[in-house]
Amino acid sequence: MAAISREEVAHLARLSRLAVTDEELDRFAGQLDVILQSVARIGDVAADDIPPTSHSVPLTNVYRDDVVQPCLQQDDVLAGAPDAAEGRFRVPRILDEEE
Amino acid sequence: MSTTVLPSYEDATARYEPVIGLETHVELGTNTKMFCGCPTEFGAEPNTQVCPVCLALPGALPVANRAGIEATIRIGLALNCDIAEWCRMARKNYFYPDMPKNFQTSQYDEPLCTDGYVDVEIDGETVRIGIERVHLEEDTGKTLHVGGATGRIHGATESLVDYNRAGIPLVEIVTKPVPGIGAKAPEVAKAYVTELRDIIRSLGVSDVRMEQGSLRCDVNTSLNLPGEEWGTRTETKNVNSLRSVERAVRSEIIRQASVLDAGGRITQETRHFQEDTGDTRPGRSKETATDYRYFPEPDLVPIAPDRAWVAELKASLPERPSVKRARLREEWGISALDMQSVANAGAVELIEQTIAAGASPAGARKWWMGELARRANETGVELAEVGATPAQVAQLQALVDEGKLNDKLARTVLEGVVAGEGDPAQVMAARGLGVVSDTGALQAAVDEAIAANPDIAAKIRDGKVAAAGALVGAVMKTTRGQADAKTVRDLILARLS
Ligand SMILES: [Zn+2]
Repeated sequence: MAAISREEVAHLARLSRLAVTDEELDRFAGQLDVILQSVARIGDVAADDIPPTSHSVPLTNVYRDDVVQPCLQQDDVLAGAPDAAEGRFRVPRILDEEE
Repeated sequence: MSTTVLPSYEDATARYEPVIGLETHVELGTNTKMFCGCPTEFGAEPNTQVCPVCLALPGALPVANRAGIEATIRIGLALNCDIAEWCRMARKNYFYPDMPKNFQTSQYDEPLCTDGYVDVEIDGETVRIGIERVHLEEDTGKTLHVGGATGRIHGATESLVDYNRAGIPLVEIVTKPVPGIGAKAPEVAKAYVTELRDIIRSLGVSDVRMEQGSLRCDVNTSLNLPGEEWGTRTETKNVNSLRSVERAVRSEIIRQASVLDAGGRITQETRHFQEDTGDTRPGRSKETATDYRYFPEPDLVPIAPDRAWVAELKASLPERPSVKRARLREEWGISALDMQSVANAGAVELIEQTIAAGASPAGARKWWMGELARRANETGVELAEVGATPAQVAQLQALVDEGKLNDKLARTVLEGVVAGEGDPAQVMAARGLGVVSDTGALQAAVDEAIAANPDIAAKIRDGKVAAAGALVGAVMKTTRGQADAKTVRDLILARLS
């Protein structure tokens, strides 16, 4: 049984605002399935004595002081943007959503 | 639009029982953002308070701001919450340009603070509002929609984004559902947000200004028939003032009652409060809005607040505003109702400081709750921003107590103070205001008034002392109000006895 369905891939593509063709859906679903199946094998070896791990280093409470650091210049900030106007990033309007 | 006749609020709450819930966002007043050292100052040029971390440039790594963690824990403690021994930040994934990372760093199933409460007083009765959770997250950037005729997103063709606000620490406070409050639901909602604002303000972790967006509120409302299960709830956003919190709940109760009366169903949806009409309108639905695919943030290590630190923070919490109000009420000798209006006007600290500067409680309260409150109301500013300081108000009252200003003149002087003309004494000197204390000049004015009004003078001579008022008025007129009315009256009566 597949770890991820074609419908789930389509759903994820929609959430990610990616336009994916039918052929691509077929291809990606297959590829993602291979990846997920491989990762799932970790579950086979992880017994009850191994807790789920979200962080690879055993650290907690890493903080910085509330002190202002230098920022980037506006020109530099926008230099890498595909488009800019009025000191702001210019992006296509996102359809059917309201702030 | 349907032409359904809306039931009255009284009618709606007589037949249906409301359940409310509130989600409040508080922008913390830290110097820097939550995960980078960018400043948080309001009003900077767009995209000048950003860095590789808050722009999510490749390879940049966030580090949590200790002050943000501490402020969140203090808020949790002030709301009687348990503080997690260990918790993680989470990624809330969504693709919208207000976050350059395509996710918001937030908390999901491991909030920093859980299970607290806030007590509010309604008509002398205590209502306990349960707090479900208090968690830490970051604010988003500001999106400007352009290209459309109206400036609204509807019709806009593109968006301009400023990330100065992206990454500023936000604390989200979520109540448990509040049932059993019947027709008082709107009042309870307002009282809760007011109390929350006062508590957070007393902690000094945010300026909690609804008008400026550092305190934002979403209100959940549902209705059910008595004895039946809770109804479907709606979430009302865009509620930007304390008064709007009350109005939003009220109008949503009426709207839902009319839908249910007509045999309809309430749709679970996000609605937007309309400041002008006071009602709510449906927002555009995000069909996939709940699919945020949260997962633990791998770039930030878990938060495990040291118990000794938490205990220390708890021990150093300031006096709870409601406790403080009860104490001050006693000290000032005023009724619960009067104290309530003082609190509602945001005048507690101002009056307290005015008294500390030497004024009597009655004198301090008179100015802040009278002239100054009226003026703040008229100009739409917070009382603290009205233009007079507690020290100036104390000085004004001292001048009145010393007999150098009468009530009317004091009001004129206060106008000058508010207009930025300086301290009361400076305004008096500059405008030539002050009670005429030269008895000779006053006596002359009194004699003049008596001579000009022989009929009234005769009445007073006959013992009709009440008639003296007309002569006092005449004297006040010739001295342009700069006389002490009681002194004038005494002089008149002495002359005509
Ligand atoms: Zn930054």
